[in-house]
Amino acid sequence: MYSHTEERLTFWEKFQERYFMNSKAGKIFVYVVLTLWSMTTIFPLAWVLLNSFKESREIITGTFNVPSDPTMQNYINAFETVNIGKSYLNSFIISGSVVLLVLFLGGLAAFAMARMQFKLRGLLQALLVASLLIPAFATIVPVYRMMIGMDLVNTYLALIIPQTAGNLPFAILVISGYMATIPKELEEAAHMDGCGRFKMFTKVFLPISLPSFSTVGIFVFLWSYNDLFSSLVLVSHEKVAPIVVLLSNVSSQYGTDYGLMTAAIAMTIIPVLIFYLFAQKTFEKGATSGAVKG
Amino acid sequence: MKGDKLYIFLFLAPAFAVTGVFLYYPFVENILQSFYKTDGFFNSTFVGLENYVRLLNDEIARGALFNSLELMLYVTIFQVGIALILAIMVNSITKGAGFFRTTFFFPIVISGAAIGLLFTLIYNYRNGLLNEMLVNLGFERVLWLTEQSSLYMVAIPTIWNYVGFYFVILLTAIQKIPNDFYEAAQLEGITGMQKMFKLTIPLIVSDLKTCIVLAITGTLKIFELVYIITKGGPANSSEVLGTYMYQKAFQDSAMGYGATLAVLIVVLGLTLAFVTNKLLQKDEVTY
Repeated sequence: MYSHTEERLTFWEKFQERYFMNSKAGKIFVYVVLTLWSMTTIFPLAWVLLNSFKESREIITGTFNVPSDPTMQNYINAFETVNIGKSYLNSFIISGSVVLLVLFLGGLAAFAMARMQFKLRGLLQALLVASLLIPAFATIVPVYRMMIGMDLVNTYLALIIPQTAGNLPFAILVISGYMATIPKELEEAAHMDGCGRFKMFTKVFLPISLPSFSTVGIFVFLWSYNDLFSSLVLVSHEKVAPIVVLLSNVSSQYGTDYGLMTAAIAMTIIPVLIFYLFAQKTFEKGATSGAVKG
Repeated sequence: MKGDKLYIFLFLAPAFAVTGVFLYYPFVENILQSFYKTDGFFNSTFVGLENYVRLLNDEIARGALFNSLELMLYVTIFQVGIALILAIMVNSITKGAGFFRTTFFFPIVISGAAIGLLFTLIYNYRNGLLNEMLVNLGFERVLWLTEQSSLYMVAIPTIWNYVGFYFVILLTAIQKIPNDFYEAAQLEGITGMQKMFKLTIPLIVSDLKTCIVLAITGTLKIFELVYIITKGGPANSSEVLGTYMYQKAFQDSAMGYGATLAVLIVVLGLTLAFVTNKLLQKDEVTY
């Protein structure tokens, strides 16, 4: 019995020695799998981009071909028929304001949470962690009623305020986590030099904690820019609707205009992709730090 | 420091005022709303547990619940599973690791709305990506979004979208394992696949646990992809709790019942997070 298992183990070992990691064949296998997965992420986007430069007719006849006569017409249509430029602007106004508000309010609160002693600290910390578990579904009905009551529905504020509230706990936790690691000596030295609390925040802690601010900023921007659910409820009017709402309308209204659809997808994706390629390191760091906090 | 009280208040008050009014208060208010029959404005009557009784007898809600749970299963297994395999593989190579990190991660930055639209084009009957591939290979076109298949068809982009996220978490965890462990294992004669099962995986169990909890609770937040690709259809076959809640509260103007569905989502999320945490606690290994 024993020798039997041992034999199987040796066979298993031989198998992996030969076919996994340690051998040339193993390396090739690894590269093939990794390349296949990266193709699933690149290929659909390349396909959309390629088709966005074709006439709708050509998309139907040869969806994989390189455009025979590249045209910007789909992009022009996106601007003219569905006014994609306006939704872009709306997206940037809304998400930009959310990021600034979250960083400003969250930064101040994080400083107090990380560097000051007070009785309610533990309770507030627990409250912040707990609020990470509140999904938008659980607040949207009352928020909608409040916004109607304040006559704010279909204004930028209707989305900016709840999104700010929703993202603040995450921001405070990440930034205060970062600020807590800054050595006490620095704080004492600044105090010796006559720094008050507010100056200490702006002149000492804010500059040192910039990496955490940028991580939070990037993620909050992304979540806000991509948030379809709250946008549908609170700012669905085309005058203020962000680009994700436009996309969901395009699919139901112009679902057969493949050229327009591909151009609209490309235009939504390209800015964030460029943004991602520039800030890739921060993105990935944020993913891991955010995960630990969650 | 002395005299900090004022500053503590000044620093904390704005942030907690905003979250208090627009996060915590609505959260509590939503629970209260679930005991009312209301369209949100004109008619509002206290009905006690009636919404909850309705929930128990609502077949579509039950279907949405089961669909959410089924998605949760697929998402957890495949998202975390694929991410783990990819992370171990990328960790084992030197050339091209940066390229794979970049390309694996980037679906995350794309909005669910754009991915949803992208996949409607991929699944399209007439000239979608999949059917065009089939035709080019000499096969017949396939109707991809049917009552039987719709849930899988929304599971695929959901999984694809977030694999990169768990991949980065797990890769970071693997790279944090001190090298001495592998050297010691080498001396003991542990190699290849065994190294993976006896060393790497046990040492990243706590990160795997984080991923699993995130995958489970994340599934309850699914809305965009389903809303865009299938709208929950055909015949509610891909309805999930998020889309059903949206439909009830904002399209059928049953805000009270919508609030009840939201309570269900929260309770489910808390319970599942708690249970998975408890179940996975034993296996923790630290270094």
